[in-house]
Amino acid sequence: MREYLLRHRSLDIVIKLIGVAIVLPLLAATPIFGAFQPFNGWLTGFANAAIFVMLAIGLNIVVGKAGLLDLGFAAFFAIGAYTYAFGASAYSGNDIPFWLMLPIGAIVTAIFGVAIGAPTLRLRGDYLAIVTLGFGEIIPNVLLNSDKYTLGTNGISGLNRPELPIIGVFKSNEPWPWFILAVVLIGVIMIAADRISFSRIGRAWEAIREDELAAASNGINTVTFKLLAFAIGASTAGIAGAFLASKLSFVSPDQFKFSVSVTVLSMLVLGGIGNLWGAAIGAFLLYFVQSILLKQLNEGFKGVPVLGEIDFLQLQYLLFGLALVIMMLRRPGGLFPERRAARHRVGTAKE
Amino acid sequence: MTKKQPVLELKGVGRTFGGLVAVNSVDLEVAAGSITSIIGPNGAGKTTLFNVISGIYAPTKGNITLSGALLATPDHKTEREAFLWGAFAIAGIVIGAIAGLAIDAPAGLAGVGAIVSSGAILLAAVSRPAWYVRVCARLGIQRSARPNDVVFLGIARTFQNIRLFKEMSALENVMVGTHARTDVGLFDALLDTRRFRRTEKESESQALTLLQAVGLEDQANVAAKNLAYGDQRRLEVARALASTPKLLLLDEPAAGMNPAETAQMIELIKSIRDKFGVTVLLIEHDMRVVMGISEKIAVLDHGEKIAEGTPAEIRSNPRVIEAYLGRGAASGA
Repeated sequence: MREYLLRHRSLDIVIKLIGVAIVLPLLAATPIFGAFQPFNGWLTGFANAAIFVMLAIGLNIVVGKAGLLDLGFAAFFAIGAYTYAFGASAYSGNDIPFWLMLPIGAIVTAIFGVAIGAPTLRLRGDYLAIVTLGFGEIIPNVLLNSDKYTLGTNGISGLNRPELPIIGVFKSNEPWPWFILAVVLIGVIMIAADRISFSRIGRAWEAIREDELAAASNGINTVTFKLLAFAIGASTAGIAGAFLASKLSFVSPDQFKFSVSVTVLSMLVLGGIGNLWGAAIGAFLLYFVQSILLKQLNEGFKGVPVLGEIDFLQLQYLLFGLALVIMMLRRPGGLFPERRAARHRVGTAKE
Repeated sequence: MTKKQPVLELKGVGRTFGGLVAVNSVDLEVAAGSITSIIGPNGAGKTTLFNVISGIYAPTKGNITLSGALLATPDHKTEREAFLWGAFAIAGIVIGAIAGLAIDAPAGLAGVGAIVSSGAILLAAVSRPAWYVRVCARLGIQRSARPNDVVFLGIARTFQNIRLFKEMSALENVMVGTHARTDVGLFDALLDTRRFRRTEKESESQALTLLQAVGLEDQANVAAKNLAYGDQRRLEVARALASTPKLLLLDEPAAGMNPAETAQMIELIKSIRDKFGVTVLLIEHDMRVVMGISEKIAVLDHGEKIAEGTPAEIRSNPRVIEAYLGRGAASGA
């Protein structure tokens, strides 16, 4: 069975995700979890966490696989969300269905990924990080300042929501459709990321990450494959952006600040750079620390001397920073390091 | 001497770094199927010469041909590329404008056309796909082949300080080596097409064959960084062979090896030459290797070729002895 699933990794992903999609709502329905927040709150939370899971998977391709440290990943998230806003809102006058906007968003962000990736091709390591950081700041600022088209700080509201034949238009107070949509999207993204990673393309990325000169000397066109990594990573963020925009029915530039890029990168480091499931689990965990645990700490310590005075939400970046430092010292590969088992072994190739 | 076309031919190849002349006007012919060595004292420019041949540096003078086809040359008339880009952008504007006439928005679509066409040509200029290189050649623009082009044309190499993909398994390392000879696109991989599966299977079995040829078949799933030093060297050879080269460049294949491992390496080099019909050009300091396997030896000193000949000729060449041991030793000999 194990052997079979090692060969059929897409099926493996589907089975695991279905498992997750069953277990999570069941857990949320138990009284322990119910004490934190009502069931619907959990389900909405899962769907929100899914956005970060998608971002982490996308960033994992750029940083984890191809080894290109990108500190401005939120830019692609923003482009995806605004593409959706321009394509499907009363404000823009366009009314393209959500299902069509997903591939459109992915393609538009992929193009931006290439456009932003191209000037950075000669850069490595810290220099690349600084330049991508710059782009990560530029994009939200452009969105903020071109208020003639984007309404600036006010953002664009009233974006269309997804619609399906039987369910009708998804509603913000009904979390089930969003939850299932999120799981399906993650499934598609994961399978795509996994298949690409376990192909000639994925091997080329890893080779570039390990030793760029040796990669070039083994026939890999490093320019093409780096741009491809940027494009594919970005398109994943584009899908996440479209999902976010349609879910909130609202976009504004301050949803895509530097903190988003850093959070996603922290998720990746925590979960395990280079490992698909590590990235996903890291994103999921960190999202819930951020959105629920810290809030609950505030509630729980209310009235307690000293501890009650602390606003744990304000400490989140301190905590993330600490977590990263500890991870780097104790477990540099992350919670779920890129395992050997997840590699191409003799006989992995299917008939 | 038979006048067969040499696999590799260097004519007056030189490479300078600012004022430093690393390689100065080297002529060399490497006959098909031969094992040729380049020797010389430290800093003689041997590795620089290898880097020029393998496309890591462009030569600053001279040119290199592989089976008669130009491989490396100093940049020539590259300013013409700007015209190419301009022509492309203008074509985009014109096509956009004409298409725009149909929907009554020529200016808008001309703008779109300009962005698309200039974007496409700039992308081509950085990634240099085959068609772009062909167009450039047609315009008389000459640029050295980049490392990946060189591999595609049939030269593979190993490195003096082993440069394996450390985290990847031995098998994966060799599978990367097949990269230049496979062509599976993004959508093949995404859709898990039959073509994709077949190519993966072929890459894998080819990699296994090569691992077998260098005696590493039992360690296929071991991460490259966990292999013994000698095994790492042999893995690098297998990886280089995976691109089915005509010419294999080995940069000090026996460096740091003990006598037993060195003897193994000599056997390996001979056997891959016979089995894969590949021509071998190697840099080596270890004279047991050089004298044991070379059919021809070229000696570099201070970036110049000072001698060339059979091992016996080189051994007794006074200029070579002088380069290695100094003037006194040469005259005393």
